[in-house]
Amino acid sequence: MRHIISVVVENKPGVLTRVAGLFARRGFNIESLAVGTTETPDISRMTIVAEGDEQDLEQIIKQLYKLIDTLKVFDLPADKAIERELVLIKVAASDKTRQEINQIVDIFRGKIVDVAETSMTIEIVGDENKVQGAEKLLAKFGIRELVRTGVIGLLRGSSE
Amino acid sequence: MEISGAQALLESLKHEGVDVIFGYPGGVVLPLYDAMYSYKDVKHILVRHEQGAAHAADGYARATGKVGVCLATSGPGATNLITGIATAYMDSIPMVAITGQVATPLLGRDSFQEADLTGITMPITKHNYLVKKTEDLPRIIKEAFYIARTGRPGPVLIDIPKDVFVNKIQYKYPDKVDLESYKPTYEGHPKQITMAIKAIQTGQKAVIYAGGGVIASDAAKELIELAEKCHIPVTTTMMGIGGFPGTHELCLGMLGMHGTAYANYAVTECDLLIAIGARFDDRVTGHIARFAPKAKIIHIDIDPAEIGKNVRVDVPIVGDVKMVLRAILAKLPAKEKNQAWLDQISEWKNKFPLSYRRDGGLKPQFIIEELYALTKDRETIIVTEVGQHQMWAGMFYKYDKPRNWISSGGLGTMGYGLPAANGAQFGRPNALVIDIAGDGSIQMNIQELTTAVNNRLPIKIFVLDNCFLGMVRQWQELIYDRHYSHTQLCNNPDLVKIAEAYGAVGLRVTKEEEVRPAMEKAFAINDRPVLVDFITAKEENVFPFVPPGQAINEMIID
Repeated sequence: MRHIISVVVENKPGVLTRVAGLFARRGFNIESLAVGTTETPDISRMTIVAEGDEQDLEQIIKQLYKLIDTLKVFDLPADKAIERELVLIKVAASDKTRQEINQIVDIFRGKIVDVAETSMTIEIVGDENKVQGAEKLLAKFGIRELVRTGVIGLLRGSSE
Repeated sequence: MEISGAQALLESLKHEGVDVIFGYPGGVVLPLYDAMYSYKDVKHILVRHEQGAAHAADGYARATGKVGVCLATSGPGATNLITGIATAYMDSIPMVAITGQVATPLLGRDSFQEADLTGITMPITKHNYLVKKTEDLPRIIKEAFYIARTGRPGPVLIDIPKDVFVNKIQYKYPDKVDLESYKPTYEGHPKQITMAIKAIQTGQKAVIYAGGGVIASDAAKELIELAEKCHIPVTTTMMGIGGFPGTHELCLGMLGMHGTAYANYAVTECDLLIAIGARFDDRVTGHIARFAPKAKIIHIDIDPAEIGKNVRVDVPIVGDVKMVLRAILAKLPAKEKNQAWLDQISEWKNKFPLSYRRDGGLKPQFIIEELYALTKDRETIIVTEVGQHQMWAGMFYKYDKPRNWISSGGLGTMGYGLPAANGAQFGRPNALVIDIAGDGSIQMNIQELTTAVNNRLPIKIFVLDNCFLGMVRQWQELIYDRHYSHTQLCNNPDLVKIAEAYGAVGLRVTKEEEVRPAMEKAFAINDRPVLVDFITAKEENVFPFVPPGQAINEMIID
């Protein structure tokens, strides 16, 4: 099962390695990982997407708590959290296809952030389903490059 | 007062109550050794290999309960500590390891004797630090000692670049630690404690399974009280030996792979298992799905991550073992004896006692029994290496008090015993310290004999010499069709001569009747170490033995 784990840590050198190393050591695969500072500059927040059953999840949360630099760890359940990811997709484009690409981008409420003679770069923001959906529809034009930020998430105000 | 980082380190160690550190000099720690030259408040013991320093600090910590400290230079000096740090980590031993590092401008440039120690030790330390500024040093040392000894104890490494030792600061040692993100839970949750009490009252066939946490939290007294109040037999892990008196009528000895038959049967048949400061290690549980299959499980541990890690438990209690046991005892009514259960256990004890055959050469078990007979009324610390001799020393000697049994459990480190015995003797100068060794293990840190000789440590090294890597040979005999692949140590050096060459006393014993006189002679020598080479039966096996993958009641008993 896919889990989104939020890890609040002290913003110190080496903390990312400690957290990532722990996942590797205990045999959990990280699907995505996003890190940044929070409203408090000396605190960072990592959002980690990983696969595992309930017992795995419980164990990794406990192990994360054992790291001295960890302040708080929690699971973000899909029904109680807002989840977003940003993806940049560079697709092949010609005069013939530009119009159609534009329409797809509109449907996904994305943005065209760069246009060149033979390509367009599109920004899509959304949860995993939306990003995958856009990627699928754009695939037929030929995706030249694709990069994603990894998921970030917050608990909904009503679930706090 | 403006002082150098090196001086600040020594002052900080003094503040932490450190009386002895075990170390080895080298390039980048020269400023520290220079400061030590005229500093008398912290004693430095020169070892002969950094691994010896780490194990000595560990042995000191296990013998005293205080934080052990070791010191090494950068690069190879520091990497030589690794096995010792990992040993302490696996057994939750409080230790602070200090390593020198190349000067900060040289960091990350593959400089001479540079190794990324914080990177290397991340999985084997409770926490580690790379000190970038001398100003941070006192705070970091304060935190390191606090982290090492509180909560679930463990090793903490402090990596200090050369310029950090040299730069000067206004020194002030912090009064307290402020670690927002590190707050161990000591008191058990009242609701869980109530549930545990209820389970203890309703359990008919209870067994206590006690681990190293009982010793770490100094809870032997509370454990005895619980066992006696409710007439519950107690089995311990290897790390828990001494946490419950070995001569107590409720003591079942060790459980697991080399546990007693009666401990393993009791755990398999019990309806309530009270796990106290133990972690359901694979050597204890055997086939995990068939471990304590009929039991409701109470698990008390200070580390929340241990609960539910290997087995599902019914009543988890996170907290300090001593405090939780006190909370339970305060409200737990005394309980009627379940005579039928105790009778069943007595029957197993009578039917399957620990035993061995006296024929066919000098038996290692006999040596341990003789040793026990001679030393049981003295303050004796038994330290071991790893292998068959370790199991016999755990099984055939009875430990009535904590911290008198010192052995590498989780990591199973050969070469641990001799340096750990040195450390234990420094920690408890009046105790009789005996390293029980094998002829394989003893050669792994034999250089530490020099450390013992130079400091006139009266440690005894009793080698159970069977010219084999005995435990591996036993597995080859029982599981690999007697293919003794690379386990015969036929070209062992003469250990008596080795001892003499180091300036220790060397003795050799080949017959039963020589055992006692040799031991008595060894005990009478108090100004240097004594090594006794006991030439034992070659192919003796450690029984009971639960073959890997089997349930613990499926033992080979003899």
